[in-house]
Order: sequence, then C-alpha cells, then structure tokens
Amino acid sequence: MYPILNKEKLNAGVGRMEILAPLAARHARAGQFVILRADERGERIPLTIAASDKERGTVTVIYQIVGGATMALDRLNAGECVADLTGPLGKPSAVEGLGRVAVVGGGVGCAIALPIVRALHEQGSFVAAIAGFRTAELVILEAEFSALADEFYLTTDDGTRGERGNVCMPLSRLLAAGEKFDAVFTIGPLPMMKFVAQTTKPYALRTVASMNPIMIDGTGMCGCCRLTVGGARRFACVDGPEFDAHLIDFDEAIARAKTYRAFEAAARERHCNLYRQTEKRGGTL
Amino acid sequence: MNYSRIPMPEQPPETRIKNFGEVALGYDETAARAEAERCLQCKARPCTAACPVGVHIPDFIALVKAGRFEEAYALVRADNALPAVCGRVCPQERQCEGSCVRGKKGEPVAIGRLERFVADRHAAQETAPNAAQTAAPAAAKVAVVGSGPAGLACAGELAARGYAVTVFEALHRAGGVLVYGIPEFRLPKRIVRREIAALEAQGVTFVRNAVIGRSLTVSELREAGFCAVFLGTGAGLPNFMDLPGENARGVFSANEYLTRVNLMQAYEADAETPIFRAKRVAVVGGGNVAMDAARCARRLGAETTVVYRRSEAELPARREEVGHAREEGVAFAFLTNPTAVLTDEAGEVRGLRCVKMALGDPDASGRRRPAAVAGSEHELAANCVIMALGTSPNPLIGQTTEGLALAEHGEIVADESGRTSIAGVYAGGDAVTGAATVILAMGAGKRAACAIDEDIKAGIL
Repeated sequence: MYPILNKEKLNAGVGRMEILAPLAARHARAGQFVILRADERGERIPLTIAASDKERGTVTVIYQIVGGATMALDRLNAGECVADLTGPLGKPSAVEGLGRVAVVGGGVGCAIALPIVRALHEQGSFVAAIAGFRTAELVILEAEFSALADEFYLTTDDGTRGERGNVCMPLSRLLAAGEKFDAVFTIGPLPMMKFVAQTTKPYALRTVASMNPIMIDGTGMCGCCRLTVGGARRFACVDGPEFDAHLIDFDEAIARAKTYRAFEAAARERHCNLYRQTEKRGGTL
Repeated sequence: MNYSRIPMPEQPPETRIKNFGEVALGYDETAARAEAERCLQCKARPCTAACPVGVHIPDFIALVKAGRFEEAYALVRADNALPAVCGRVCPQERQCEGSCVRGKKGEPVAIGRLERFVADRHAAQETAPNAAQTAAPAAAKVAVVGSGPAGLACAGELAARGYAVTVFEALHRAGGVLVYGIPEFRLPKRIVRREIAALEAQGVTFVRNAVIGRSLTVSELREAGFCAVFLGTGAGLPNFMDLPGENARGVFSANEYLTRVNLMQAYEADAETPIFRAKRVAVVGGGNVAMDAARCARRLGAETTVVYRRSEAELPARREEVGHAREEGVAFAFLTNPTAVLTDEAGEVRGLRCVKMALGDPDASGRRRPAAVAGSEHELAANCVIMALGTSPNPLIGQTTEGLALAEHGEIVADESGRTSIAGVYAGGDAVTGAATVILAMGAGKRAACAIDEDIKAGIL
C-alpha cells in the first residue's frame, strides 16, 4: 500500500497527489511515468510523474478524471492509500545539452510539461513555456510555470484568461520573429501536438512529443501502446514516451485512443450513479 | 490391460463457454488409483528422462497406487516447485506422456492428471500453511527478477537450499504468465496464489511493483548485498506481422487481450478494465496463446476463428487445448495467412484479407514451409483481430545492465546452467530462449539455482 501524503484539487476535473513510493521516487526523472491502481479491483492508470522527492521518497502525480478508474482515484484522500504504484517507467526526457527550449503544454498535459520545464530550468537552459487551456476555469499550474520559465505564455480557447486562441499562436509568433530554439517539447491532446509538429516542421526544428496512449502493464509486455513513428512500430512504454513529433503518425494514434470510448462513458455513468445514490443516502463511498 | 486412460470429468462445452471456471475437473482418489495401476513401472523410465525438471514419475505413481498420496506429493514437490500448475499446463504429450511405454499400444499413462491430483489433494488436506521457515540469518541473499515459472522454480530451489531469496515482480500480482497469460478456465488463479503462498511459507520474500531496470538496476541489486541475481524476466513485446491496417482500432496482441481478461478480470461485469466486445473475432496464430485467446473470445460471446498458416498437424498448441477449443465451437481456418486487416470508413475492423497456403519442404524448425497459393485471395469477416504470433524479449534489462551479453534479437545469452556474461548474474526461461513453455522455463530456473549454489559454495561469488 502506498500512502497519499497530500491531495489538492487543481480545477474541477484535475487533482494532484503526493504519494509515498520510495522505490519509484529513487530514480524518477522528468518525462517518466508511473502506473498506479487506486484499489484492489482498480484499473492500472499510467500517470506522468509531475514531481518527485528522493529524500521524502515521494512521487507527485496530476490526474484528470476521465473514467471510472480516475474517479475511484479521486475519491481517495490524504491519509488513505493507493493499492499499487510502479515506476519510474519509460525513458526520461532528453534535456541534456539543450540551451534554448520551448515547452508547449495543453490542458492536463501541462502536468507533464512542468517537470520538463523544471529540469531545463535546473540545468540553466532558457525556457519559453506555453500553456493552453479551453477556458479560465481549467487553468492549472500557472504560478509554477511563471516561476520556472524564462518566458511564459498562457492561452485559452475562449480568451477568458491570457491570450485568446491556441498554443500554436505564441509559438508561431516566436518562430516567425526569428527565435532560435534547440528543441520544442510538446505535451497535451493529440490534435494539439499534431498542430505543434506542423508549426515547427517548416523550421526543421527538433520537436519532441510525449505520448500517452492506452497502456496496461507499461513494462514492455502487452503491446497496447504501439505507435507508428517514421513508419516503424514503437512502444510508448519502453521506447518512449517521447518521440520525434515530425515522424509520429498522429492520425493513427488519435484513432487508437478511441478504442474504449464507449466503455469509458458507461463506466463514468456507473460511477456517477453510485456517487449520486451514496449522496442521497447521506453516506460516504 | 486397459488401453485407455481413466477419463477426467469436465464441464460440458455448452456450460463452460458461458463461464470462466476451470474446464477440467480433476480425478478423485478412485480414478487416480485406477489410472496409477496402468503404469508399468518400467526400468528404463523414459518419462523421467523426458521431464525438464526430472520428476521421479514411476515412483510417485507407485505411491498414488498405494494410496500414499501425501508421500507422492512430497516426492513430486522435491523436483517440481509448481506441481498443481504443471499438471494443468505442461505439454505432456511431447514430454513424459509422449515417451510413456504404454503409449506404444493404447494411451499413455495420464501423468499430468496424476500430478495435478496429488497437488490438489495435498492443498485440500492442508489445514494451515506450514510454519514459516526463514533462512538462517547468515544465509547468502539471492535476488530473483520476475515471478513467472522460471523465477518461481529458481526461488523454490534456492529456498530449499537455505538461501534468503527475494523475488522482484514488475506487476501488482506475482505469477508472471501464470496470472496475466494463462486463463482462469485452464489454470485457476487460486492455484497460482497457493503455490506462491507455499514459497512464502518456505521463506521467499516477494516485492511487487518493482521494475528491475527502472526502479532498481541489476548492479544496484548486487550493491544492496544480493550475491547472485537470477533474471527470469520472461517473454516481452508481442510480435506483429506488419500488415496494412494492423494498428487499426480493434486489433490487439494476444498479450494485451489476455492480460485484460486474466490479470485485470475484464470479463467480470463490474470490471474497471475494459475489454473490446466483438461479434466476430479472428485469432492469428496456432500456439497455446492463440488457443487461450480464442477460448476467451468465445466465452465473451464472439464467433471465433483461429487463422493458421500451416495445417492442423503442425499446430504447436497442446493437443488438449485444441480439442477443448473445438468442443467450444472455435472454428479453424488452416493453411490460411492474413495479408491485410480491412477497416470500414469509420476505421473499425471489418475483416482480414487472406491467402490460402500450401505446404512445401521442411524448414529449419522441421515443419513444412507454407507458401502462398496464387489467386487464392479471399476475405474473412471479423470485428476484432488478435495477433498471437509470439514475442520478442523485453528490452529493459538489456538496456540498463552494462556488460550483459545479448543475442541478435535481444535474448539474454546464458549457458546451460544459466550463467550469463556477468559473474553473479544468471538467466533462464523465455528471456533466454524466446517464447517456450512453463516447464522449460522452470527447468532453466532450477538449473540456474543449482549453478548459483555451486558458485557460492565454490567461493566465486
């Protein structure tokens, strides 16, 4: 069992937990992920490591409530335990030797962008961070990005906070103005990463996307997380999760991500009903 | 003389395709003793010679015949750390039973069923697990990486020899392929739990959720005081055919499909882990994994066809599983090879394009090489395709262990005793040989345990 030391709500659908897991914390680096199960019957949920602390032996994860498993996770509070936590998994972000870098996060993907920004900041790189959200209420980690990035650009689709539009707008502007980045990291919804890749392509600018496909074991066994990168089969869990964004077949990844959409919707409904019934009875889950 | 073996009761096919309960129900004492009577107790003992872990087969059968079941169990257990598992999943027809003298005229002695019987009877008799043994405080520490058949056999043998053994498992449950791969109806998970509990009672420590190569490296294990490390990391990433459409939604590796069903119990109505429900499923491949996937799909309500490029005679699967699959209504398209996965406008799988195959001369494996028949293209309807084409070794240990020699495809290089290119590091099972069987992996684990014992006693480690 892995005790939850802290829990915090970042917005209506996104939470952050610091979990005691010394074995996962020891070698955890930016770009890697863990797999956890909320309870004994829980699904294995892959979550990127948002932060880690070797001394405390903790990893921090940021999760978005998308289905039954993440709802079950969100019902746990500080002082309670998650049943299982494995990691760190995947290869760390290749940040070494990079001087000037843009990090582009979208939505809950900003949770993954932040540790990359932190790693770059700690090694003395110049970092332009761009974070995009649908609307002001969904904005997360603004203070953290502002503190760590040399330049920070915030966008919302509806203009309720920061610049109105999407993350490609500030990125295009910087590139058009002649800004020379050594690399761009992008993490967020698949269509966003696809557009970021298209934006940087004409500049032949090294662009890395952090992929988050459906996974089960996360250790190179099940083959569920396969992607096509440069025409070859790659497994996000052991070959990634970061890949050359100009070579990823995003359309295929978008199609594969929809495999269990109907199941997830049904599970969400089931959990909501359970929650409503419990509320009605005045009990706790 | 009775030429036929005593039949073992089974769940009837029409019942069992609606549940995931065990198909074969096991012998009772009368049936077991009657079957034991059939053993000729021959001097040559070809059965023992054909057993990868060298179980003293005629001796344990003699004890069954005499009704001395506990002694029979103890004798089997001395050579085989997982008798209840092996009695169920070993390809006996190619090992002990395949070499049984009785098989020359009539059916061989049902050795696997008798092994299963003594193990199950022992478990049923056991009121409480044996008082926990612990290794002597000064016992040398050995790390076992992976809790599948190779790791469990190695751990059992080392514990019996007095070592302090810690098994590291990447998943949340111990058992490796026994829990994620082999379905409940062929190997109930309670059997695996029981075998693991027996090892724990023997003093073996299990650490779950520990990915060696990521959470800890092999060299860190050595630095932490483990004088030897056994790598039983098993088969890794699934193979695919590189067909057009193979990454479409609705195409799965057998590893993924079976892991969802077995490890995550996705067949249960309230499971949190999803499983793809399809009306028609095509399983590509002909091994035990293909049979397991097809029989799971059948139980989940699909019309299921196994697509295999050779003929029935070359099917690598255990005979009994092929027979069970047939009884359960699994169809077979032999001498058929897919050339593309077909999808509709929405991107959903609608079938396979296939060609007919003809068998030519034998290839390196001794099986006749299949070749496509010109003009034989046809379509096979399916909403879900499961690829059961074997696996390639897991890359994690190779990537993170400096100095560990790997073969061309990433298999760990180890000699017959399991010694690798690094002193103190041993390996065995699928990680070394590529995908094989439970019992071969157990044999390798056991041999490596003996080598570790020898090397420690020789003062090399």
